[in-house]
Parts: sequence; structure tokens; C-alpha cells
Amino acid sequence: MKNDVVIVGGGITSLMTAYHLLNRGITPVIVEKNYLGSGATGRCGGGIRQQWSTAENIILARESVKFWERFDEEIGGNAHFRQGGYLVLVYSDEKRYIENVKLQNSLGVPSQWLSPEEAKEIVPYLNIENLIGATYCPTDGVAYPFSVVFSLEKYLTKRGVKILKKAEVLDFKYSDGIVEEVITNRDKLKAENVLIAAGAWSRLLLEKLGKKIPNQPYRHEILATEVMKPWLKPMVISFDTGIYFSQTYRGEIVGGIGMPEQPGYKLNSTLDFIKRFASVATKIIPAMKYLRVVRQWAGFYDVTPDARPILDRVEGFENVYVACGYSGHGFMISPEVGKIMAQMITGEAISHDISNLSMDRFKKGVITKEANVVG
Amino acid sequence: MKIVCRCNDVTEEDIIRVIEEGHTDIEEIKRILMIGTGPCQGNTCMIHLARIVAKYTKKYEITTVRPPETPVELGVFADEE
Repeated sequence: MKNDVVIVGGGITSLMTAYHLLNRGITPVIVEKNYLGSGATGRCGGGIRQQWSTAENIILARESVKFWERFDEEIGGNAHFRQGGYLVLVYSDEKRYIENVKLQNSLGVPSQWLSPEEAKEIVPYLNIENLIGATYCPTDGVAYPFSVVFSLEKYLTKRGVKILKKAEVLDFKYSDGIVEEVITNRDKLKAENVLIAAGAWSRLLLEKLGKKIPNQPYRHEILATEVMKPWLKPMVISFDTGIYFSQTYRGEIVGGIGMPEQPGYKLNSTLDFIKRFASVATKIIPAMKYLRVVRQWAGFYDVTPDARPILDRVEGFENVYVACGYSGHGFMISPEVGKIMAQMITGEAISHDISNLSMDRFKKGVITKEANVVG
Repeated sequence: MKIVCRCNDVTEEDIIRVIEEGHTDIEEIKRILMIGTGPCQGNTCMIHLARIVAKYTKKYEITTVRPPETPVELGVFADEE
């Protein structure tokens, strides 16, 4: 049997694309080398933010928020999506943030500039010493990655999507720019179309097709504290220090901070990370020094030179597509990315101008970097 | 009803239901039920979870152990300034 679409990777991009393909009458097959969400998806902080510095990211996030708002209704599970907003703390270069707010407002995102005192109204425990101000978007929020993954798994399998777990793609059989088979450690899957959505491993899969992309995997560490009653409404984030943290629906604080890292496939946890997170977090909210850390772990950022994703058909191939390179913000924009990839695969008109997210943009020389990233 | 995870109130029946739904990887089961992610760090429940899963999969495995070994206040790690 020939499969219409084989999706390599079982993370959020894959699941969302599968959802949008189903809406178009196509039942894809998902191939995952471990379990669903075992890559970056299940390791991420679950933040959903529209406060970006580039138009594409703002639009992708804005449209995605509309989906997150109706996820439970549409999918039938529970994303635990909570719109407590994102509070971006600003300690330098406020001009840039005010420009960002202008751009975001022009694209319909209701972000605003706040004085330190106004920021403190949103987070009463906030230490506003040295704080110039903050930007705040009340419709930003957080969702719970594993609740999202397992809700989607149920939805998709009920509708006939085959999900092969513990199936690792080893190679592709192709000729004349057409992939015919996806070869896994268990099976050979005949494919009409192939989508590579394997996060930080996408570049290795593309190499098997003789294609190179400049993505690099960077470890990003994160931790969770003990559970408390709700006290923190927004996701608190600062690009000056690279820290972010929010409270999940379970009541734990989940947060991370950018560390100096070399690219590579390592995922061990470090004491340096926990020390740096603790030092910065307890300056922002001194009362957090009494909070106990329960768990720390790490995941990969699949980082491109401009910190923006690659959403494209693989050059030189007629039936292979790639969606990767989110540089740490794939989860939040996945609903709209899934739609775009489903449109691309079915040959429909794509809802957005994604020419800046092409695979070959790095060869052309001029790229605009997304500035609002941590880590 | 047999309580397995006291932190997050997970029973043996919950675990069996999730296995029968097709989730046989212990890492997956941990994340669906949040078993072992409470303040005990899995120290009281993990051996029971491993035993129950092994009955079905014939493989005795535990999940990745995450530091710190016991809950520690952030203030202990923060720089004094």
C-alpha cells in the first residue's frame, strides 16, 4: 500500500500537520523513533507568545493562539491552555521593545508598554529595582505539552492515522528527485509524499538525501519546582538575562535560562544551570528563594542562523517537505505551521507569505534575525 | 483500588488502563499520569510502576532519574550578592 503522506517525527509539528491533513481528506502515517513528544515538544516550557520582532513570527503566533483557544473544543482533550499573558521585563534598550509593540499592534496583537509599577500590579512579588519597564500581551499564555500531545494522539488514532512508535528512519529510497520509500528499522513505507518534521534530527535526515541545512542542536535546560497554589499569572521573561518562568495548571513553576552552549547532541543536566537560574530568578522575585526545585531536564533547540524556522519543499525533490529550525519556539506556533505544511503538501495556496522561511535563504546572504529569543 | 503514586494520586488501575490503551513505554506512562513527578521524586512509586509495566511488557525498566535527588530550595543555589 502506498501512503499519501509519511511524516517523519512524532512531535507537535507532526501531530498538528496530521490534524490539518485529516481536514483535507488525507490520512497520514507518523513515524517516531521513540514515543510521541519525546524530543523537544515534551521538554519545552509550553509558552505561547505573540510578542516577536519579525512579522512572520507575530502572524504565525497570532493565528496559532486562535487555535489554542479552541483546542479543547476541536480536539476533545485538554491543552490546559491558560492565557495569563507574557510579561517581558526590560532592563536595557527600551526603544527596541517599544518598536516591537508598534509592529505587534499593527498586526493585531494587543501588546502594550508598562511602567515598572504597572508590571508589579500583574506580578505583585516582582522586584522592580533596575527595571525600565515591561511589555505585556494579555492573550499570550501557556499550555501543557504532554496534555496536548496525548489529546492529539487520541484524536488522530481514532480517525485512522497510523502512529508507529519506536520506529527510527534509517534511510530513504529515492531517484530523480522523488522519494519512493521511507526505510525504518522495522519496515519499509511506500510514500507519495514525505514530511521531515524531526526537530533537531531533521538535518541528519536531510543529509541522507544529500541536502545540507545550517541548523545546529543546542541543549537547553529547564526545571520544575514543587506545586503551589496559583500566584503567578503571566509567563515572566527577560531577553536581557535569557530567563523565563511560568506556573503550570498543576501549580509548579517551570522555567529555564539561556546558558553558553556549544552545539551538540548532549542532554545531561548541569549544576551550573540550576545556579544561574536560581541567581537570576531570585533577583526578579526574591520570594522564589524559598521554592524547592523538584526536577531538572533538558531538550534541544534546533537553531538556524536567523532563529527562524525552515518551512519548505526540499530543493531538488518533488515530494519531500521539511518543517524544522524553530530555534526554541516550535510548540507555540505549531497550529499554524501544521496548517501551512498541510497546504504545501496538498498544493493549496498557502495562507501566509513564507518566502523568508525558505530552505535556501541562507545562501542568498541577507537574513533578518529574530531578536526576541532566549538561550 | 491500590494507590501507587501518593504525590499525584495515581492507582494501579490507572496504570493498567493506560497500558491497555496502548502506552507501554514507562516514560510515556509517567508523562500521561504524572506518576513519579511529585516531591518524592519517584522514590516511593517507581519500583511499583516498573513492576506493573513489566508484567505486560516483560521488560523491567525505570524512567530517567532527574536531579536533584531531593527537593532543594532555589535560595541554596543562588549567588549571594
